[in-house]
Order: sequence, then C-alpha cells, then structure tokens
Amino acid sequence: MDNLLSVVTFLPMLGAAVLLVFLRGDGEFEQRNAKLVALLATSLTFVVSIAIYTEFDPSDAGFQLVEEYKWIAGLTYKVGIDGISVLFVLLTTFLMPIVILACWGVSHRVKEYMVMFLILESLMIAVFCALDLVLFYVVFEAGLIPMFLIVGIWGGKDRVYAAFKFFLYTLLGSVLMLVAMLVMWYDAGTTDIPTLMNHQFAHEDFTLLGITVVGGLQTMLFLAFFASFAVKMPMWPVHTWLPDAHVQAPTAGSVVLAAILLKMGGYGFLRFSLPMFPVGTEVLSTFVMTLSVIAIIYTSLVALMQEDMKKLIAYSSVAHMGFVTMGIFAANKQGVDGAIFQMISHGFISGALFLGVGVIYDRMHTREIDAYGGLVMRMPVYALVFMFFTMANVGLPGTSGFVGEFLTLVGAFQANTWIAFGATTGVILSAGYALWLYRRVVFGDLIKASLMTITDMNSREKLMMAPLVFFTLLLGIYPALVLDLIGPSVDVLIENYDTATMGMADAMPAKATH
Amino acid sequence: MIFTDLNTVLPELILAIYAMGALMFAVYTGKDRTASVLIWVTALLMFGLGGWIAVQPEGAHTAFNGAFIDDGFSRFAKTLILWASGLVLLLSKEYLSRNDMLKFEFPILIALATVGMMMMVSAGDLMSLYMGLELQSLSLYVIAAFRRDSLRSTEAGLKYFVLGALASGMLLYGASFVYGTTGTTNFAGISSVVEGGGMSLGMVFGMVFMSVGLGFKISAAPFHMWTPDVYEGSPTPVTAFFASAPKVAAAGLFARVMHDAFGGATADWTQIIAFLSLVSMFLGAIAAIGQTNIKRLMAYSSIAHMGFALMGLASGTVEGVQALLIYMAIYVVMNIGTFAFILNMEKDGHAVTDIRSLGLYSKVSPGRALALTVLMFSLAGIPPLVGFMGKLFVLQAAVDAGMTWLAVAGVIASVIGAFYYLRIIYYIYFGTESDGLEVKMPTLHYITLIASAAIMVFGIINLFGLEAYAAAAAEALLK
Repeated sequence: MDNLLSVVTFLPMLGAAVLLVFLRGDGEFEQRNAKLVALLATSLTFVVSIAIYTEFDPSDAGFQLVEEYKWIAGLTYKVGIDGISVLFVLLTTFLMPIVILACWGVSHRVKEYMVMFLILESLMIAVFCALDLVLFYVVFEAGLIPMFLIVGIWGGKDRVYAAFKFFLYTLLGSVLMLVAMLVMWYDAGTTDIPTLMNHQFAHEDFTLLGITVVGGLQTMLFLAFFASFAVKMPMWPVHTWLPDAHVQAPTAGSVVLAAILLKMGGYGFLRFSLPMFPVGTEVLSTFVMTLSVIAIIYTSLVALMQEDMKKLIAYSSVAHMGFVTMGIFAANKQGVDGAIFQMISHGFISGALFLGVGVIYDRMHTREIDAYGGLVMRMPVYALVFMFFTMANVGLPGTSGFVGEFLTLVGAFQANTWIAFGATTGVILSAGYALWLYRRVVFGDLIKASLMTITDMNSREKLMMAPLVFFTLLLGIYPALVLDLIGPSVDVLIENYDTATMGMADAMPAKATH
Repeated sequence: MIFTDLNTVLPELILAIYAMGALMFAVYTGKDRTASVLIWVTALLMFGLGGWIAVQPEGAHTAFNGAFIDDGFSRFAKTLILWASGLVLLLSKEYLSRNDMLKFEFPILIALATVGMMMMVSAGDLMSLYMGLELQSLSLYVIAAFRRDSLRSTEAGLKYFVLGALASGMLLYGASFVYGTTGTTNFAGISSVVEGGGMSLGMVFGMVFMSVGLGFKISAAPFHMWTPDVYEGSPTPVTAFFASAPKVAAAGLFARVMHDAFGGATADWTQIIAFLSLVSMFLGAIAAIGQTNIKRLMAYSSIAHMGFALMGLASGTVEGVQALLIYMAIYVVMNIGTFAFILNMEKDGHAVTDIRSLGLYSKVSPGRALALTVLMFSLAGIPPLVGFMGKLFVLQAAVDAGMTWLAVAGVIASVIGAFYYLRIIYYIYFGTESDGLEVKMPTLHYITLIASAAIMVFGIINLFGLEAYAAAAAEALLK
C-alpha cells in the first residue's frame, strides 16, 4: 500500500466525520452507537497500523513509507517514519481503543466526546509521521484544540482553570518554536525535515545585547525549540500545568495526556534538537540534564506529599520524563535508546495507572487517597493489577519500567557521573511514593463504610488492562523487541551528533557555565 | 483618449451611476418601501462587478494621467471589497427590518462607500487618493449614525466624524509636504524624486503625517481610539461592514502609497509600519481581555489583526504584500462569518452584546456553537485553521526581511490574544447556563456562518488557490 501512513493518520478522522454527519440525537441508543463507532474506528486503525510494523524494515536507518505531496507556500505534505518514530505511531494506535473503552461510562455529550478523541488520534499520529517543519507545527499545535475541549467540557470541578492554563502555557512555548522554524526555513531554504537534518546551521558565537551566545544561531534555535518541548514534556520548572490538567481531565483524557501527548516533547528533542542543532545541544546539555535531575528528585518529593491520587501519578510522570530528558541529552547510544524505551514503557504504565485510578473513581467519585484503604478485601483482581503497575512504575526488573530507567542511567553515567548519582536517588524516592500510595489505598483494614459494597473490576475493565499488562511484561523480559527496531536510527543519530560536536570539548572550556 | 480612460474606470463608473440612479428612483417612488429591493439589487450588482473584475485579463492600465491605476493588485483588492460589501449588505437586511431601520439610503450609502474604496486601492495620485478616501469616509460617518434615535449611534457617528476629519487633515498636511518637496502629486513622479535624491526632511515629514492619517483609517494603534466606541455604538450591520471591506481598502491604500510613491525609501517607512504593527498587536491583545461587550471585543480584535497585516507590509517585500493580501482575505471571511452570528444575538427582540449571554450556547444550538468555535480558534490563529495560515505568511515575510524581533513579538501577542477568544469558547461550552438567546436565525446568516467556518477548516488543504492570486497581485504592485 503506497499511502499506508496517510490511511492510518486519517482513518480516525474519517470515523469522526461519520459520527458528525450521520449520528443524530442523544438518547441511550445513540450514545452507545457513538461509542461503538469510535471503538470500531480506533480498532480498525490499530489493525491497519500493524501493517506499518510488518512493512517497516528495521535494518534501514532512513525514512520509510514516505509520501510527499505539494502543499501551499512551497511547503509539502510529507510523511514517513524511521526507527525513532515508528514505535510512537504504534503506541498511539494501540492505546486509543483502550482509551475509548475507558470512556464507556460517560453519558454527557458522548458524540462530541468521541469526535474529540478521534480527531486527537489523527493529529497525534500525524505529529509522529510529519516530515515537513510546518506540517509538524500545524499538527503539533492542533492537538491543543481537542485537548482543551476535553478538559474543559468533561473535566472536574476546576476544569476551566486547568484547560486555560494547559492551552496558554503550551501555546506560549510553541509559538517561539514557530519563529525558529521560519528562521530555519529562511536559512536552509527548505522545510523538509530529512534535508534539514543534514543542514549545517551556523554555530559561530555572536554577541547579542552584550551577551556572547556560545554556539551562535544553533543555540538560539535550540532554545526556541526547547521552550516548546520542555513545556510539552514537561520539564521542571515549567511542569506546573500538568498536575492541574491531569487532575481535572476525565480519565480517558489523562491517559491520552500521560501516555501519548507528553511523548511529543521527547520525540521533538530527538527529531529536531539533537540532529539539527548538535552544537546548540552540546552547549546546553549539562544545563538540561541538571534540570532533569532536579525534576526527578524534586517532583518525586512532591509526589510523596500528594493527597490526590491523580496528582501523585502526574508528578510521578514528570519525574519519569526527567529520566527521558536526561537520557536524550546524555547523547550516547544507551541514553537515547533508554529514553525512547522509557517513553514507550511509560506510555503503558502511566496509562494503566490512570486507568486504575479511573476504575475506583467511577465507583467512589473521589480521588482522595484518604477515602480509600483495604481495597484488597473487596477487589482482589484490582489489587493485583494495581500492584503490578505500581511495581512497574518503580522500575522492578522484569517490567519495562526497569529497562528504560536502567539504560538512561547508564547513558547518563557515561556523560556525567554526578547527574547519574542524583538521578539514582530518584529511583529510591519513586519506590517510596508508589509503594506508600499502594499501601494506603489497597492495604490496611477495610473500615470505611462507603467501601463495603465496592465491586471488583468488571470484564470491560479487565479487557482494558490485559494488553497493558502483557506488553509491560513482554518488553521487560525481552527489550530487544524495541531496541532492535530503534537501533539503526539511533546509531545514525549518535554518529552524526558526534561528528558535528567533535573537537568542541577542547574548544569550549566554558561549556557548563550558563 | 477619454474613452480609454473611462473604460478603465468602468466598474467604478457603473457603481457610481447606479448609486445616483437608485437614489433618484427611491426618492421619486416608494422611498423606504423600495429598500429591500435596493439591497438585493445593490448586492447582486456588487457580486457581479466583483466577479467581472476577477476575470479581467492580466496587465496594468492607467487612466487620467496616472491618477487611476488598474492593475493586478487593485483588481484583487476590489474583488475582495465588492464581495465583502455585497455579502454584508445582504446580511444587514434582516437586522435592519427587525429594528425598523430599513431605509433606502442604506444600500446607497454602502454603494457609495464601496466606490470610494475601489478608488482608494486604485489611486495613483495624491488627489485621487484623497477623493477616494473622503468619499468612503463621509459615507461611513453617515451610516455610523444611521440609527438617528439612538444616542450611542449618533455619538459614534459624531466621534468618528471628528476624529476622522482630524486624520484626514493630517493626511492632507502630509500630502502638502510631499507635493511641496517634489512638485508633483503623481505617485510615479514622487517615486522618481525619492529614488533620485533620497528622502529630504520635508519628504520624511510628509510621509510620517500621511502614515498617521492612513494608520487612523486602518485603525492601527496608537491611532485606534475611535474604533471601540464606533464599533460599539454603530448598529451591528454597520459594525460588520466597518470590520470588513473598509479595512481591506485601507490596507490596500497603505500598501499602494508606500510601495508606489515611497518605494525607493523602504528603509525609512518600514520602521514606521513595524512600530504601528507592534503596538497594534499588543494593544489589541491586551485591551480586549477586559471586554465583555462582543462588539468592543471585535473592535480590539480587529486592531490586533491589523497589526498582523501591517507586519506583512513592514517587511517591504513582494512576499510581504502577498502576505498582507492573504491575511486580509482570510480576515474578512472570518469576520463576516462571526458577524453573521453576532447579528442574531437577540433576546426578546432586543440585541444583546454581552458575551456572558452565550452561556452554554452549545446546548441551545450545537451546530452554530461549533461553527462559532471554529471561527474563534481561527481568529486566534490556532492551526490547523486558516487563520493560522494568514499568520504564517506574514511571519514568514517578516523573518525573511530580517525582522525576526517583530515576528517574536507578534507570536507573543497572539498568545495573549488567544485568551479572549478562548473566553468566548469558554462561555459557549463550559460556562453556566444563561437566560439564553433566541434560537431563530435566517437561512442566509446560517449559511454564511457555516460556510465561513467550513472555509476555515478545509482551506488548510490549499487555501482555495488564494496564494497564487495574491502573489500575482503583489508582483503587480511592486513590478
């Protein structure tokens, strides 16, 4: 199939169009139909996307399944995947049917809800496939609209505040990236991402307003992109929108946010920052890694103190994303491999944890940790599943969480011992907050009257969790599944990076000072 | 000779003669009873003329010793102006008859204003520039005060007149400097003086004063003071009109004067325009945050949008003018769609302008709420809607012209501005239920609203070929 990527990208949107045009009314029957259509569309997308996996040649480091059409203003609609992006596309298509299953209990404006998720899926897939700068920007930003509405319409009590904060925060980060893209377009004369990856942007130092910019244009461009991806990621100290958005978003929204949307930041670093501005990256890598370590330790400590389950998991996400940025900016094979692995694995684990919170929230309508306790008595299956993902979140060997954390730490250790030292304490802290959460919610005596009649997971909820458990285990036991796929592309990335930054270590003694 | 001249100005001539004829006809027959017929005839004539101009072959003609220029640029702007005027006129009819304002003067004044606008974008001489500008302005002053029994409307008209006259005075003052220095009023003549001897002090003075006058007409900050009051006080159809065609004409005129007359001194005027652009973008974004009146809000929104459009002009290149034209075209479509909605914000037969009345409008009418939401996101410049493409073009022009700082300022202003568009969406979807607006909406308005939203969504595919037309028009201006 020549247009495989476009088909996968637009299938969910087709589902949304079908819903918008053909489904009328808001009765129980129509609501059920809306959910079924959405489930069908996302499942079909997943099935088709398996073809991407089979067609993809892991030994080829370049872009595959490329499609290119003319667009306006000399831009192109160009899509394609390489080892770095292929897994994100698959992660998205794999998680979306689960997300749709997670909204089965919603009864408020169901049709619109489904439409939003379907549009969002299309946009997310497009982000990971886009090979044109402006096309990337368009789909990257467009995702804000459905997410804004999902949080704002179907969210919790303070949803309006959270939705506005989410939207404006991420928009402010991104618009600077847009200007940087225009500068790149002007400088290189093209918006084609593969060409830009081989374009050498100027990196001679220059003076701006009396400040010497080490790394010149590359550093400036790097900072503009950093503003966008750091907010999206989110990195400390610009992470504050995330806990608000997570707490207020409906369960399915949280899952999409944590499992897929956050990955766009990490993906952006790998697609743009490292290959296009290697000198800028090298100049600022210690700075970014320091921020990552602060994120890991600080947000882990903050997570310890949370009383809201979703907020706790949100902070834990920030900490885990700290490992990702640390691995990426270690800029060696283990670090980048580990970062990609960690992102994929975090997609499964954090998604499952938010689903787990959703399961009990649907029953009790509260996310207060204090409102629970002793759930194991009434919900043994739930206790098992939640235990599994708590352990995976901590990074227990045998689960995918371990592989990612371990590799990023190895990578960071090679780049900077102190960074790795700091980050390792984060592993301990994560065990602290995750296990303590588990103890308070699941163990203890079942004394709260409201919990006496709580029921265990039903078959729909088990169906949601089963594939996540399977993949978390599979990747933990046999990580080569992922590493073989991303290997060649990562090798090329690191090779180019090393070539571009060779000799910089001597030339720039002031690298670490900012 | 005279026949070639007249042939060149034929579209303007037809519309002007029609306006006179219609006036006579209405006065001697049914007076206001003919108003609805006149509205239809005028609008259809405008659509027809616009279409006719659009299909004219390439090439430039001048008439009356260069005082009137008919080139690709003016044809692009005229088509846009005529179609926008015609559409707004049709949309006005329902509102006017509901509010007992269906007078025959209305379509005639709009037609005369449109003739003035066509003249403005075709001006090749300071005299024709001023004639066109005043014909437009005088008509607009009158229709701003069209609701004679309303204090607000009369006040708006008077305010607009006094401030507009001041701006016209400034423009004339500047023009007299230019004439005094160069000894000619013809753009081509001025241009050759500028290219020959550079900018003398008198020329710089003249240019600055003319920029002030034009800045007022385009409602760029810091000459924007009249905009919110006039937008708020005028009857809504008049506001809709103000926010569409006259803006295109003023932007076209601005580009025409700067490039045709002062084309040799780009470095001198790009700074002025860049300043106007910067201030307008920020003022429009920040001042609108506190507004709850949707008409005032749209006024500030238009100031911010003019700031962006001027960014294209500030780059001083062909791409910049192309970006300006694309931006204006997109802006007009978005605005007409939005005003098609605002015209119908009513409760118990009274117009409502408070945005809080939109509380949970999505429950009242999901389709219209969705369309308005699309338009708001598009006005905010969020991709993938077409409003973003307009911003992309002007930003690109600015960056290519070495004005990265202006582009950075622009995007920051657009984030601030996004807040108030989001706030409208907030009322529509998240807010608390209000007493609710009346649900009925005339079919024409409904179609306009939906079509405009659909254009914003599907335009991302290829902008309906607008890019090529705008490029040709921009090249014609800078030939």
